[in-house]
Order: sequence, then structure tokens, then C-alpha cells
Amino acid sequence: MSLKHIIPSKFKVSINQDSCKKCKRCVTHCSYGCLSWNGSEIVSDDDKCVACQRCALYCPGSAITIEENKTLVYPPHGGYPARIRRIIQSQSGTGGVMLSSTGNDLEYRTIFDDILLDACQVTNPSIDPLREPVETKVFLGRKPEKLEFQVDPVNPEKVELKSEFPPNFEMEIPVMVGHMSLGSISFNACKAIYRAVTELGIVAGSGEGGLHKEFYEYKKNLIPEVASGRFGVNLEYLLDTVAVEIKIGQGAKPGHGGHLPGEKVNKLISTTRMIPKGSDALSPYPHHDIYSIEDLAQLIAALKETTRYRVPIGVKIAAVHNVAPIASGIVRAGADFLTLDGFRGSTGAAPRIIRDHAGIPIEVAIASVDERLREEGLREKVTIIAGGSIRYSADLIKAIALGADIGMCSMPVLVAMGCRMCQQCHRGLCSWGIATQKDHLVKRLDVDVATRRFINLFHAWKEELKEILGAMGIDSVESLRGNRDRLRYIGPNPRIADILDIKHVGE
Amino acid sequence: MKALEMPFKADEAVRINAIENDTPLSYKKLNQLIHDEIEKGNKRIILDNVAGQRFIGAALHGDIKIYINGVPGNDLGIFMDGPKIYVNGNSEDQVGNTMNSGKIVINGNTGDVTGLSARGGEIFIKGSVGYRVGIHVKEYKGKMPKLVIGGVCKEYFGEYMAGGMLIVLGLKISDNTIEEIDDQKYGNCLGSGIHGGSIFIRTEDVPEHMLGIGAKVIDLTEKDNKRIQPYIEEFCTYFGVKEEIIWKKSFKKIVPASKRPYGSNYCIDLV
Repeated sequence: MSLKHIIPSKFKVSINQDSCKKCKRCVTHCSYGCLSWNGSEIVSDDDKCVACQRCALYCPGSAITIEENKTLVYPPHGGYPARIRRIIQSQSGTGGVMLSSTGNDLEYRTIFDDILLDACQVTNPSIDPLREPVETKVFLGRKPEKLEFQVDPVNPEKVELKSEFPPNFEMEIPVMVGHMSLGSISFNACKAIYRAVTELGIVAGSGEGGLHKEFYEYKKNLIPEVASGRFGVNLEYLLDTVAVEIKIGQGAKPGHGGHLPGEKVNKLISTTRMIPKGSDALSPYPHHDIYSIEDLAQLIAALKETTRYRVPIGVKIAAVHNVAPIASGIVRAGADFLTLDGFRGSTGAAPRIIRDHAGIPIEVAIASVDERLREEGLREKVTIIAGGSIRYSADLIKAIALGADIGMCSMPVLVAMGCRMCQQCHRGLCSWGIATQKDHLVKRLDVDVATRRFINLFHAWKEELKEILGAMGIDSVESLRGNRDRLRYIGPNPRIADILDIKHVGE
Repeated sequence: MKALEMPFKADEAVRINAIENDTPLSYKKLNQLIHDEIEKGNKRIILDNVAGQRFIGAALHGDIKIYINGVPGNDLGIFMDGPKIYVNGNSEDQVGNTMNSGKIVINGNTGDVTGLSARGGEIFIKGSVGYRVGIHVKEYKGKMPKLVIGGVCKEYFGEYMAGGMLIVLGLKISDNTIEEIDDQKYGNCLGSGIHGGSIFIRTEDVPEHMLGIGAKVIDLTEKDNKRIQPYIEEFCTYFGVKEEIIWKKSFKKIVPASKRPYGSNYCIDLV
């Protein structure tokens, strides 16, 4: 008795046998077992195709076409898209929780796309960023509430800064790479990211997976994460870094823990996470030493003691309904930076039900947290880092204008390195060598090329940031922060504009 | 109460008083004093009048021994890597939180989540412990955390346990007498989500309904007895217990029922 439904394949692979050179390169490149050689020609098992494009792009004869399967459509129904029917069919066969990866792929409206930027005309002259200085630097960490100076009584020209300055990290551009652990992505992908952020003068998150010994040299540009599983957390991991982050939640799976299955814990992962080979790595849903804001304050204090007050300590939460009061509590608990991760944030593996249906958009979260912290006089105590759907520089600029200090993103970095967003990270078979631990796949990712592409991307973002700042007549990105007057709403729901506290176009 | 033996000569050590003008020092100040002494090269430290100051021993490493008179606060020895801490009194929650290696000996009781996520080191507790103790302890290579508890433990003992060894003796150890605690020696949901390591409880029986999800109970082998013996012996040395008293009763062992308890929980079909 087979309980499994026969489900139509999602994609259709066609091989043009005339232009096929029979080199079988596609069979080697296909890591999902879709293509094979039957003795005389290449054949495709369409059920296994995930449209990762690897075979088609590496085919010397351009003989492979991948299309959405239109040969067998689901009978149309407005309320039951094929996707929902497929989920029901899969689950009635397996009885399992649907796994997924990358970010939420449902077509919710992206608020960033409903926001327009202002520019200068006549009365407030714009700045030419190619010839005049436009500052893109930002500082990660708590700022003093006010500055006090000591004036020398004999020589009043001699003025010294009296206020103590809390630890801050200087970033060349206001964007960091989100937390992706070694495990969720490959060694080569990690290495490319760490090398690039070091060269760019920005930071990357370590993710909850510890830090491989070979990556210690990049610690000056890394933020290690202390998550509920405490994997790989030891003194070497925590000390001499940019900052330390306590991970409470992740935008792609708010309220969820983590589960790295034992078969993925190979030698490399075992040494970084500091667990035996082949054992499951379960991250508990909550931190079991944090059941309240007071408990969170305690772990923040413990990390400050541990790092001897030398680096900022922050907290990452997923953007959920009551994000503003939670954020206020976190700042009162002593966090020097607060990372907000929106509901479109990415993941290497998460239950689809949570990825697709829990949390709130980052745009709203930034605006409401920024507003609340201003009202309570707490805003300058904390650096707000916001991520979870920053796709390109336009989103970054809008996030900052809504109230974030620094943007955070992961997907654009992976796409720059070669990711096609086939959403199969959780299977560990990434044909591009990014979300996999299989040696023969990992080595497909050329670290030098990936590093370069990533640097190019962020270089382009930096230039675009300067362009838009110049056009707005703003000479420093810090002056754009929370400058919502330079935004207008053009979407269908003015209530969103109210919540974002931005005017409608035409106002 | 009989004092814990000092593991070094008092005159070799520096003394820090945790109270100044009848007011306990802040944890920040006390820990700064400890760090200052270590920076000066002092590796034997006695802390007097400790009254709930948190994070003592946080992130210390190397050959350091600290003897504490009083009651240290939460997170004693958090992230510690190597030092030995002796507490002549009770201790609060989260003793040995995420400890990498080292030793903590408590001449009394400790609170909840003792040994949280420890990766190595040893914790010996004369008395009893609170809830969710030994949660998510794990082992790696030569490192294996061990907790020996003289008294009893509460609910969710060894939750998410991924490695290491938790031992519960069920004894009430006083200066002159040692009594068996006949009541419950452990709470329910014992070893809930355990997927590595082992829990040893000195009791005749662990009924099925007290076990957590994914845990099962088995008898000890001769090899198991040999494995736990050195830690029991060490426990007895600290708290002046004759070892034969311990072995008068046998233990039960709680281990994972399956290596992959959640293996079939997920579906990866392409939708």
C-alpha cells in the first residue's frame, strides 16, 4: 500500500538531443539526481528537478531547457492554488511538518516597494557625490546621551572630551551580513563572506554554529552569536570580536529553535559546533536561562563581564506583533544594539508554516520600534540593525530613513555568490556549493570569485547610497536615519502610511 | 555546618572582602577586584562575605582556584575554562552556565538550570538542586560535563541532554548523619528530549510515567558502575561521606530511546 500521492512534477526539463554533446557534464553537475545517462542519451526525472539552473548554465551545447510544468496543470481554482493542493498531497503521504528554506516566498505586498524617496529641487540644492564628500560611515554601539567637555582654565583653546565613550565599531557602509552558520552554508561560502567583510570594513554574523579555527583571523569583523543551543560558544569564540549578539529569534522562524540533523554533522561541523560527529544539534526553542526581561538583562550583563566591557552586546529578535514594547525592554535590559529580523528573513531550514505565516514586515517593525524608543528617550542608547527583506540598495536606504541605523541582509550576498534561490537549502544538496557540506559540491564555489562578486555588489550599493544621499542633499547617512519626512507612501493602504508615520504622495 | 576543606593554604592566597561598610560590593566591583588580582599574578583567591554577587568566575581561564565563603549569585563560573571554584555555602541559579572546563564544588544546595549547556568540567553539589538542571549539557572530544548531586533534583532534569553524565544520589548529608531521602528523588519529565549522554539516579525504580519524551530507563552494567565510581569517590572526599554508603543501593540509568527521535517528523517534498 503506498500512501504517497503521485504529484505532478513542478518543473519540466527538456533536452535538445540534437545540440546535446553527450558529454554528461549535466549529470555530474545535477546534485538532485534529476539527470542521468541511459546508455545512449541524457534523460530527466522531472520530479527531482528544483530549477537550480546548474545543468543548463554549464551545458556546452545549451541543450537544456527548464520550464514550469505546464503540461499537467492543476484544474484552476481561485481559492485553492496548486501550491496548497500540493502541500495537502505531500502531508497526507508523509504525515510530516513541511520543511522549507530561504525566506517567505508568498506574495505578500512588500512595503518597501510602496515607498518613494524625496529629492532636491531649487530651494535645497543637491550634492554631487562624485566631487563632494558624502559620508557612509556608521558606528555600531551605544552612544553617550550627551557630550561633556573639559576646558583648560589656563588655555581655553584646549578642550578635551570628558564623557566616556561606550565601545563602538566603525563601519564603512551601513550594512552587515546576517547570521549564517557554518552548517547552514558551506566552508567556502563562509570564507568568502568573512574575507569580503574584512576588506569592505563591515561586519558579518557568525550564526549559531561556533567559529572554525581557520576563521579566527576574521574575528575583528565578526559578531559571534550566543543562541539557545550555545553551540561552539567558548572564550575564544566570544573574545576579540566586533560585538556579541544574543539570538532570541529569527525572522524566518520566530519562536522556533533549530534542529540540525545528525547526518549533516560531519567532521567539519562537529569541530566547530563542538559536538560529536553524527549527533543531532538541537537548539531549544527558548533560552532556558531567559524567561523574562530581567533574565535577559542577566545574560547581557554576563557577556559584558565576560568581554570586560570592551565590545557592544546586542540582542536579535524576530519582528513580531508586539515588537515595540519588547524592544523597549531589551534596551532597558542593557543591550547596546538591537537586531530586528522581519518576516521575510532567510533561513537554512525552517518549518514552512512558520516561515510563511509568522511575524510582521520589517518596515513596520523599524518604524514602530524607532518611534517607541524615541518616545521613551531610549533611542540613542541603542543601535538598530534591521534585516529580513533588504534585497537591494533601495530597500537599505528606505530602512534607514524609516529609523534603522544599519541594514542586515543575507540573500543578496548569496545570490551574488551564485545562489539561484531554489529554496532547497534544508536538503544540503546545493549544486552551487553554498548551502551544502558535501565536499564535491563545496569545492564548486570558488572563494576568490565569490569574495570579489560580493565586494562588487556592496561597492555598488555604497555608490548608490551616495547617489541618493546627494540627490536628497544629505551629506551623511547618519542624517538620513529616521528622516521619514523624505519618504512618501504610494501604496493602496494609507493606514500603513500612518503606522510608518510617513506622508502620502502629494502631501 | 562542616566547612569545605580549602584546596590550598590560606596564606598562599589573597583575600577579598565582598562587603564594604556593611554593604555588599556590586558584582561589577567584586569581579573587577578578582580580575585585578589575577592580573597581578595571584592564582589563589579567597572571597569572604559573598552575598549574592553574580557572574563570579565568569570567563576565567587557567590554573586559578577560588574559595568562596558566603552565597554567590546567579551564573557562577559562566563560560569558565579551567579554574576551580569551591563554595562554602549555597549557590543560586545557573551555576556553571556554558562552562567549558573546570570544577565547581558547592557545600550546599543550588538553584535552577545548574550546569546549563556545559560542555565540560565537573560540578559537585552536596545538597539538592532546582528545576531543569543539566539542561542541554553536551560532550565533545575529551570534554564531558559531569554533575554529581548529593540530594535530589526537580522536574525536567537533563532536558535536551546531548552528552555528559548527571548523577543523583538522593542523600541528606549532615555533619554527623547521612540519611536516605525516601521521597521522590527526581521530578517528572526526566530526561525530556535526551539525545546523548546518561543520567544515573540512585533508586530502585524509575516508573515510565516519570520519564520525558525520548528517554528510556535501563539497568547499569558493571562498566557503568566503573564509569561513575571515580566521580562518586571524589564527591565523597569533598563532603566526608563513606563511599560504601553510596554503593549500598543500586542506580538506574536514563538514556536516549533513539538516536534520531525526530527523524520522521519532517517532509521535504517540493511544493
